[in-house]
Amino acid sequence: MSSTRDIRRRIKSVRSTSQITKAMQMVAASKMRKAQLAAVVGRPYAEHLNQALAQAANNCAGGPQHVLMERREVKRRAVVLVSTDKGLCGGLNGNLFREAMQYDPETTLFVTAGNRAAQFVARTRRKLAAEFRYQDAPTMAEARAISKHVRKMFLDHEVDAVDVLFSNFVNTLTQKPKVWPLLPVGELRGVAPDLRGGMRDAPLPDQMALHLGGGASEFVFEPGAEQVLGSLLSHSLNYQIYEILLEAKASEHSARMVAMKNATENAQKLIKDLTLVYNKERQAAITSELLEITTATMAQG
Amino acid sequence: MSNTLQLEIVTPTGLIFDEPVAYVTVPGTEGEMEIHPLHVPVLTLLEAGEIAVRKPDNSHCYLAVGEGFVKITGEKVVIFTDMALKADEIDELKAEEARKRAEERLKGKLSAEEAATVNASLTRSIALLNVKQRRRGGS
Repeated sequence: MSSTRDIRRRIKSVRSTSQITKAMQMVAASKMRKAQLAAVVGRPYAEHLNQALAQAANNCAGGPQHVLMERREVKRRAVVLVSTDKGLCGGLNGNLFREAMQYDPETTLFVTAGNRAAQFVARTRRKLAAEFRYQDAPTMAEARAISKHVRKMFLDHEVDAVDVLFSNFVNTLTQKPKVWPLLPVGELRGVAPDLRGGMRDAPLPDQMALHLGGGASEFVFEPGAEQVLGSLLSHSLNYQIYEILLEAKASEHSARMVAMKNATENAQKLIKDLTLVYNKERQAAITSELLEITTATMAQG
Repeated sequence: MSNTLQLEIVTPTGLIFDEPVAYVTVPGTEGEMEIHPLHVPVLTLLEAGEIAVRKPDNSHCYLAVGEGFVKITGEKVVIFTDMALKADEIDELKAEEARKRAEERLKGKLSAEEAATVNASLTRSIALLNVKQRRRGGS
């Protein structure tokens, strides 16, 4: 009898676990949608930024190169590692950190966003330059802080290149670690906040399209084309980081959603198996009781 | 010739403002700038501060903005910035708190870099408060 009670207790505990994982799955699904939506509403901003960047760059063509575009021999490199804050998201962080291990620990400085990344850098005794946090709904202010820090490292010659390593949202089922070269700004490229296709380069609108579509073709730049370009570049970098944070969040939530879905399914299967065992035991108990009764009656008769 | 100007304010969180206006005053890095219809095409920098919008029916509207850019074409003004808030979206307590915090920090010892950051957030929170108070004044 005691064993059936044990099984009943286990079924109960598995069932409550499955309820929790089910709830977490729902929460992750809604948060993932939110992150995707946030990327979509930013699109007009990105388009304006791209257009202005193309116009300013065109105006500065032939002039001295901007400092953020300066290519140097890469002796030291900074890597912005964007991870999640919490676990329970399958192999997402594991895959990311495997990629991070490929960087030479001697010449790489890590800038982390998210708890797990900071823990990873501390555990593997790599060099940590700065630690940032970002919330569930990443804000521009958080992105700006990170971008500003790495920009300063680059301008102070502390590092000669900056990469960003994050989980790219390919689709709901697939997230791949991706390296995004941030600095120096080589080819001028636009930002494309499109989570569906994952982070990718967007070609800047070419000059013909600008002339035809923009209406006014020549702008007066105030205070000057160089200053405007510089400021545009900084804002473009801020926005790139913002976009990456959104992307990382979308990846995190979709990975968690899938992990929790699997957990719920496993729990359901376990409940089914346990119920079967429980019923078997119960029947066995009844049978043996009946046997006892009939034997007793026969012995008396 | 049109008497109005289409004003668009775009931030990473969406399109904040999209309406025809009579003219608009923006805080440029080179000083305050009033933009009327048929302005010369200009691309310029925006400082944190307030934008005053004069609507075609002569009513006013104020917004607080962060750093960004202003793109002016003949009949359209596009302002793209990190942050733009209308008066009713501003949390006064938070802004006041941010202003105090920034002022406190300015009293302490700061490197030039830090001071610039704190100053920026100070300008920002003062702009927020101004916009809010103007609205209360009923203008």
